[in-house]
Parts: sequence; C-alpha cells; structure tokens
Amino acid sequence: MGNGTELGRVRGLGSAHHGAHDWRLMRYTSAASLVLVGFLLFSFLLLPDLSYLSVRVWMAQPLVATALALLVIAVFWHSRLGVVELIGDYVHDGGNKFAAIMAVNLLTVGGAAFGLVSIGRVAFGALPA
Amino acid sequence: MAERPISPHLFEGARLHWRWGPHMVVSILHRITGQGLVFVGLPILLWWLGALASGPESYAVFLAAATSIIGYIVLIGLSWALFTHLCSGIRHLVLDIGANYEIDRNKIGSIVSIVGGIVLTVIFWLAVFLF
Repeated sequence: MGNGTELGRVRGLGSAHHGAHDWRLMRYTSAASLVLVGFLLFSFLLLPDLSYLSVRVWMAQPLVATALALLVIAVFWHSRLGVVELIGDYVHDGGNKFAAIMAVNLLTVGGAAFGLVSIGRVAFGALPA
Repeated sequence: MAERPISPHLFEGARLHWRWGPHMVVSILHRITGQGLVFVGLPILLWWLGALASGPESYAVFLAAATSIIGYIVLIGLSWALFTHLCSGIRHLVLDIGANYEIDRNKIGSIVSIVGGIVLTVIFWLAVFLF
C-alpha cells in the first residue's frame, strides 16, 4: 500500500463491500413490495365496496395505515432504483445523467411524502360522519 | 467488406439479425412494465390516496375517472403490468440464487412468467366483477 496517488492509497485494501448495495436494496424492496402490494390487492377484493366511507374507515385502522405507509416507502424506493438503473443504461452524458437522477430523487421524495401525508391525514383525522 | 454480422448490430434494414426468444421478451417486458408502473401507476396511487385524504368530492372525481371506460382500460393495463412485473420479478429472484440457467428450463420459466402475468390479470378482474 502506497501513500502517493489515490489509486496507490486504496490498492490492496480489497473490496469495500458496497458494490452490491443498490442490487441488494432492489431485492429487499421487491420482497417488501410483493407482500404489501399483495395486501392491497386482496383488500380491494375483500372490501364490501370502494366507496369513500368504506375505504376511509378501512384505511383509518392502525394496521392498515401502517401497511399502506410501508407500501408507499417500499414501492417508491424500488421505483427510484429502477428508474436510476434505466438512466444508467441509456443516458451517457454526465451532465444529463446528473440532472435526470436529481429529478428522480426529488420526485421520489416528493411523491412518497405526499402519499405518507395523505395516509396520515386519513389515519389521524376524524372518521367521516 | 465481408458480410459479417457485427455485435450489437441489430437490424439489416427493417429485418432483425436474430430471432426473438422468450427470455428476451420477458427481459424487456420486465423493464417496460416496471417503468410503466412508475410513470403511470404511482401517479394514480397518489391520486387515490390524495383524493381519500381530501374529502368525498375529490374521491368522487377520482372514482368517476377510474370507473370510466378509459379508466378501466388504464387500470386493467396497469394490473397486467403489475402482475407481469411480479412474475418476471420472482423469476429474477430465482435466477439470483443461481438456479434455472439451463436453456430449456430458463425458456420454460420465461414463458411461465409471461403467461402467469396474463392469467393473474384475468383472475383478478374476474374476482373484481364476479364477487
């Protein structure tokens, strides 16, 4: 191990073990999405109807609100990884890539925040009369 | 110049240099359905959640749009994308553990993923309309 160039300083240290980080996150969020989206689809089928009252009363239950909040986080995280992968494959110009990934990050955080606030409003608000 | 195919040289005029196989179809379908779910599915999910949080009038607007003919076409297409992505995603998890790379079994797995997405879509909407 040298102490001159940047390459010299890291040579021989081995892997940082971060190379597969996004790959693993894609799998973790896929498993979470599978369970939570499955829950949402079965709920759609099992609810008596999808009227405002039925869905609000259903969503206000703590377990349902928790599952939906986790669904928003898992699905938006999984989506962000997928779109960033797409950008990595097709956008080759460094500046465009930076701008595209920044837009994806902002939209992901913004979209997920809106989803969580909406669920929170239903979960913590008064039940409709 | 000799008439040699150059990789990744895809077209000779409008003619493909290679034949489609199920594994190629399922691969590109996984990407297309995934991006479709992001750019069509997530806005609809947020519209639904936002409308529920905003009150009965907003939710009525959402329901009217969702249960229009265009709404049903979009939702059925979206559910197909979801179930196809789900099946091909499970296929990826199987491949991730190092299984199913034999040509015949890989081909079968690819076909099962594509057909499974369609079958699940049909079952889901039959359940929606019949129960």
